Amino acid sequence: MDFQPVLLWTDLLFFALLLVGVATVLHVRASEPLRAAWRKVGRRPTGMAAATVLLAFLLVGVVDSLHYRPQLPAVEGAAADAPAVYSSEVLSALDVLLEPLRTRTEKTYSAPFADTLYVRETVELPEGGQARIHPRLVWGAAHLADPEAERAGDVAARAAVGAVGGALLWLLPVMLVAVGVSRSAKLSPGVALGKLVRGDTVLAWRAALATLGAILVLGGIVAALAPVYHVFGTDKVGQDVLYLALKSVRTALVIGTLTTLVMLPFAVALGVMAGYLGGWVDDVIQYLYTVLNAIPGVLLIAAAVLMMQVVIDTHPQWFATAAERADARLLALCLILGITSWTGLCRLLRGETLKLRELEYVQAARAFGVRTPAILRRHVLPNVMHIVLIALVMDFSGLVLAEAVLSYIGIGVDPTMISFGTMINMARAELAREPMVWWSLLAAFCFMFVLVLAANLFADVVRDAFDPRRG
Amino acid sequence: MFAYVIRRLVYAVPILIGVNLLTFLLFFVVNSPDDMARMHLGARHATEEGIERWKAERGYDKPTFWNADADGAGRLTETIFFDKSLRMFAFDFGSADDGRDIGREIRDRMGPSLAIALPTFLLGLFVAVSFALLLVFFRATYLDFWGVVICVAMMSISSLFYIIGGQWLVSKAWALVPISGYAPGLDAARFLVLPVLISVLAGVGSSVRWYRTIFLEEISRDYVRTARAKGLSELAVLFRHVLKNAMIPILTGVVVVIPLLFMGSLLVESFFGVPGLGSYTIDAINAQDFAVVRAMVFIGSVLYIVGLILTDLSYTLVDPRVRLE
Repeated sequence: MDFQPVLLWTDLLFFALLLVGVATVLHVRASEPLRAAWRKVGRRPTGMAAATVLLAFLLVGVVDSLHYRPQLPAVEGAAADAPAVYSSEVLSALDVLLEPLRTRTEKTYSAPFADTLYVRETVELPEGGQARIHPRLVWGAAHLADPEAERAGDVAARAAVGAVGGALLWLLPVMLVAVGVSRSAKLSPGVALGKLVRGDTVLAWRAALATLGAILVLGGIVAALAPVYHVFGTDKVGQDVLYLALKSVRTALVIGTLTTLVMLPFAVALGVMAGYLGGWVDDVIQYLYTVLNAIPGVLLIAAAVLMMQVVIDTHPQWFATAAERADARLLALCLILGITSWTGLCRLLRGETLKLRELEYVQAARAFGVRTPAILRRHVLPNVMHIVLIALVMDFSGLVLAEAVLSYIGIGVDPTMISFGTMINMARAELAREPMVWWSLLAAFCFMFVLVLAANLFADVVRDAFDPRRG
Repeated sequence: MFAYVIRRLVYAVPILIGVNLLTFLLFFVVNSPDDMARMHLGARHATEEGIERWKAERGYDKPTFWNADADGAGRLTETIFFDKSLRMFAFDFGSADDGRDIGREIRDRMGPSLAIALPTFLLGLFVAVSFALLLVFFRATYLDFWGVVICVAMMSISSLFYIIGGQWLVSKAWALVPISGYAPGLDAARFLVLPVLISVLAGVGSSVRWYRTIFLEEISRDYVRTARAKGLSELAVLFRHVLKNAMIPILTGVVVVIPLLFMGSLLVESFFGVPGLGSYTIDAINAQDFAVVRAMVFIGSVLYIVGLILTDLSYTLVDPRVRLE
């Protein structure tokens, strides 16, 4: 199976952001004060647990960002040296891993672990006549002869196997961490393991490993059940809801991270300039962000997205595939959210820079004749970075929540793009049905809640560690 | 005081001009009216005369900034920029795509919006401040710890789920109140109870945490220690001293949003079918009725600036040291 790699714009920026993250880690390792601050984060069990959850989500997002177009099978009777034709459908590495989930679609709604469709259909009976019954699913629980009797036992058995598998897999990181602790603290591995179990290590490894264990066991259970059941049911067009939820993770992460990447240069450059230079520069920048602030955020986003949509609609020739078009809209949304949200950080940085420029060491540098760019780079920027970092982690969860609301209103991501907002939007129309279709909402709720909660907890810990006012 | 307000209003003019220019650029320069017409009409109806007619109906058939064909002042006034942008300063918004006058719609819909937003605001403020004081009173106990945990958990739930869950539980499962709709006058109460309660619940997590931080910052100050040393009870300290001194940071965040209450809430109104400005905006966004969106942007900015002025005025009420210069 040949394929053609596809690099969407958001993939490119997402990987660029990861590189920036890696560079930051290396930079932190080299600088003692930063190491001390991050160690504070690592000492807090909540911080480590939240970071573990976020890393798990990040892994899903990264795997889902490796896009490609599969090669279509050669047409009958085509010449042997004909150029390869690639599908117009863009898939990702995650789609390969979730192949059974992606391809095993049903006709329409079915409840979690169900063996029949949610709706009744008229079928021809073999002995003649017709009946209105819930027809059996094509894939879900199709391996059971008598679902009613066998399902509970089958689910329990598979779940147990999955849980044991997850637990065995979990032993590997536990051992690795124990060895790491024993090396750094110069203890024997057994003693280190004991300390780890008691939670008696410098960094809160126990919390991180417990969280990882929970993720792996749950993941194992789901991985064992997903190939033969629809764990979260199926949606209106019969797609597996678990697949949709996993695909939504990347959209949420891209919105939450790229937006800040967009706004950062604006906010930092303008905020520091306004605070340090003062005078007319300060006035102009203040005017700019007051104007942007004055417009209600949702309306500005709505206006900008509507305009972007017109641009995208009137230039279909720019996009080779539907995925690229949806991606352009996602990127546009990130840009727009970034442009509407840099004002707060800009104001904070301006205030902090105003304070910094009066400090003795900056005054001294100025007296020695150090040029302004050098002062900004050497003395001002490093000392406002904690504000930037706190703003970044604090904004992430808000952006994930905003994506859902905006997509629900219809000014978020492209309707063809799988995201939490579009999932909720689809599910909401079905609430009036009897019996209720609740599983799409449940899946979106669980994934979003865990992601945002982890982001919020992590943000709190980072803020406490880096904010000088919080001891 | 009066002179101060006047001066602040004069300062607001350049900001409103900036807002106006920005929205004008967004709506008329990023895409030409022809592009918008094509998108509105769809591929099938986008003939030359169809586009011309669409533009003429909306007054988009004039030149953008400068009309060379007109004479005298008409060169400036017979343009899209004058028609669509400068007229807003006189609160003349023109008509929406369905031919109704936007200004009248806005006046009619303010009431229902306020009927939800105002009780939500007051109740939300009261509940959040009370809970924050409770947590501060029991600070560093299990109650405080779990209170904060619950706040963070509540912050992490999307408002969509609050609304959907609340509608399902209260209206569908328990059938206590109508699921959506609105009635004028006193009958409205039945319809308003649920949206107000849900809005308060959705916002309470983050605001309780915010107020708790403010109170904790105040409680570590010297005057609090003095008050305790005088022998005041903890309750008296909290209510008489801490609450009073925490008013300034609280007002900073709260007063700004009061004028914006007129705009209503997009989500709540559309979910509950309330004919307010929020649902008006959502419908306009979905129907891509640019005239309405532009009008709402302008009104929102005016209200925001009014909110800033009110914030400054409210400082003088709670802090005798503040003088309006």
